Amino acid sequence: MAGTQGEVIAAHGLGFQYAGSTSKALEDVNIVIRQGEFVLLTGPSGCGKTTLCRCLNGLIPNFHPGEMSGELLVDGVSVAAETTSELSRKVGYVFQNPENQLFALTVEKDVAFGPENLGLTREEIRDRVDWAMDAAGTVALKDLAPYELSGGQQQRVALAGVLAMKPSVIVLDEPTSFLDPRTAEEVMAAVDTLRRENGITVIVVEHRLDLVGRYAERIVVMDHGRIVADGKVEDVLDSEFDRLSGLGIGLPKVSVLWSLLKRDGLVSERLPTHVESAVKMLSERLRN
Amino acid sequence: MSLRVLNGFKFSSLKTPVHRLDPRAKFLLVIGIIVPSLLFTNIYLLVGLLIVQVPLLMVGRVTKRWLQSLRAGVFLSALIFVVNFFTGPLVNAVALTLRFLLLMTTFSFFFMTTSPDDLGLAIDKVGFIRWLSRRWLGYPNALSFTFTTAVRLVPTMAVDAQTVVDAQRSRGLELDKGNLLKRVRNYIPILIPLLLIAIRRSLELAEALEARGFPGKERRTSLFELRFKPVDYLLLGISLGGIVLSFWVFFHYHVPTI
Amino acid sequence: MGENGAGKTTLAKQLNGLLKPTLGRVTVDGDDTTKKSVAQLSRKVGIVFQNPDHLLFSETVREEVGFALKNFGFEPGVVVKQVERTLEALDLAHYADTSPFLLSGGERKRVALAAVLAWEPDYLILDEPTIGQDYQQKERLRNFILQLNSQGKAVVMVTHDVEFVAECNPKVVLMSKGEIVAQGQADEVLSDDGLIEKASLVKPQMAKLFSQLSEFGFPRDVVDVHRAKMLLGEKLSEVRVRVAQSS
Repeated sequence: MAGTQGEVIAAHGLGFQYAGSTSKALEDVNIVIRQGEFVLLTGPSGCGKTTLCRCLNGLIPNFHPGEMSGELLVDGVSVAAETTSELSRKVGYVFQNPENQLFALTVEKDVAFGPENLGLTREEIRDRVDWAMDAAGTVALKDLAPYELSGGQQQRVALAGVLAMKPSVIVLDEPTSFLDPRTAEEVMAAVDTLRRENGITVIVVEHRLDLVGRYAERIVVMDHGRIVADGKVEDVLDSEFDRLSGLGIGLPKVSVLWSLLKRDGLVSERLPTHVESAVKMLSERLRN
Repeated sequence: MSLRVLNGFKFSSLKTPVHRLDPRAKFLLVIGIIVPSLLFTNIYLLVGLLIVQVPLLMVGRVTKRWLQSLRAGVFLSALIFVVNFFTGPLVNAVALTLRFLLLMTTFSFFFMTTSPDDLGLAIDKVGFIRWLSRRWLGYPNALSFTFTTAVRLVPTMAVDAQTVVDAQRSRGLELDKGNLLKRVRNYIPILIPLLLIAIRRSLELAEALEARGFPGKERRTSLFELRFKPVDYLLLGISLGGIVLSFWVFFHYHVPTI
Repeated sequence: MGENGAGKTTLAKQLNGLLKPTLGRVTVDGDDTTKKSVAQLSRKVGIVFQNPDHLLFSETVREEVGFALKNFGFEPGVVVKQVERTLEALDLAHYADTSPFLLSGGERKRVALAAVLAWEPDYLILDEPTIGQDYQQKERLRNFILQLNSQGKAVVMVTHDVEFVAECNPKVVLMSKGEIVAQGQADEVLSDDGLIEKASLVKPQMAKLFSQLSEFGFPRDVVDVHRAKMLLGEKLSEVRVRVAQSS
């Protein structure tokens, strides 16, 4: 059920100003995201990343009032024409704080919450819950209460709850902020696996480019409400390195290293974005 | 009176036959015990009603906790006994103390063996509550949802409360010093952050709820459903019978305390 | 450092008496923590908790920052001066009369930090200060910590942010399951596979890189980008010279 040519998200001149605010949180945002893409959305604090995400599932303008301008289509339908409840079937949202998005008394009930709201039959709900819990790796947790879970487990449960809605897009807003590095990597790997196995489009908002950069094919950089860079991760990091540094974005250390070496003329290849490619390129050079 | 008495009302998540009884049937049982204990002061009856619950507590494997909470409630029971001892015959004092213990036991039994989920589901089925919920909050399942969410948040808020106390103590706040007025004022730096955290959490939860399609359609399907089993009907029958019998006896006879 | 649940915050709370040991002893400047109250110990050991919302309750930032000073019994004149100084140092002076609740997340974190720095504790403990911060905010924090340290203050950071620690290269105490599994310089500890595994952390990028380049004679304990650049730069120049010579 995507729009034209597999476009699952299309924004044209999208703008937004929060009620009571004097400046625009989003200005002239134009972006097209296709089904199955893995997009890394980044930018300094306050650049509008979360605002853009909220527009995708209707939290803006229904939960966060304000003035919206321009056009935003999800699965070919304008968001203005749908309620948050309707949009929740298409766009799932995983929030930053693991615990504040779990409301039921047990994991199983929490995962069932979304489908229950959809008015499905009990068998359908059962199927979806079982599938979602399995896909997110939370079957063993099903009778536990939210406060008994670790942060990583909570995020997986939130993911399961979102999956059970069978959305075509999942937005994750800094999902690993509160997690330790190993758990963060596990969660990101799980998200990527889910995407590849189910064809879900994934948008992750994250400051730590090295964490997500290895899974995301595409990076979108925002600043002051506008999109300032959009393209393949390697391309953008390579061509916009200095500008991104200037914006205060935390670039992967291997990329920083490479740019330092490049400045001294010691290397000339494109910036690596993760350790593996850097190792390969360096080894080749050093073996000569 | 220590906080340990509250332990006797906390749900113990075991899987005993008593836990599996339908909460509505259990609740009617509670009523079925409360009604005669309030209508009559006959000591044999009160002791009998108390004893009858012991096997239920044992099957539910909550006897130890019940005894602990009884021990913690000794102070209040003693108070009741003493007050009545000076205002009436001894047998009355005994009866009223027994009644207090009986009521405490019954409610304790109910809350220890009924999970908040099941309670929420039960509340959700009560027509009156759905009507009230729709009138007041706009959605028929809102009230029961409020209840389950509140229960879900209790342990989380408890952790937050401890953290706030720790944080403020680390700034030199001393909660156990000073006169009464000072001590009350010292709780402001504890209550305000807690309140704000609760508000912020509620807003985040509300956002998450909407992001999952709440409130959705008018008729929400529930994954879990409460269903009466034969034993529940039996319990309902006994309780109802007991209630009716109690009232009939009350209006036709005078039952002495001893 | 350590994974979530390793016991880092529990240990931190032992240092100002919020928690007392069940076995063994904790002393601060020679004083046994079981013999002093939290308020007394906090004069020397200041803990900045992770979530600023657990602290903020005052009507203005000024009052918030002065709260602890009043609790510790400082003279009103001193309180005013210290508050002014701390607000200046943390770039919050223009918010002095604003309600702390109107500030953004990052700003509230600074107010929480100011509230603790106001009484200038000798030992400053920061509980997960980098969570949710973007790169610029972390840079500012790093500079601030280094500045405090150079002024003679002891700074203890409870964190699992390996890249941040790699940039500061402090002494690292690694914890896992309630025990200390290693102590040493950051570059040694964070580049050790066994220790990283035990503490359930990940190696900083530079350490990962260099552990796979050991065949070229590079040391393994590299965590800092600039040192990495230096080492690689040397070798790459050599290679370039060698290649030029042989052709």
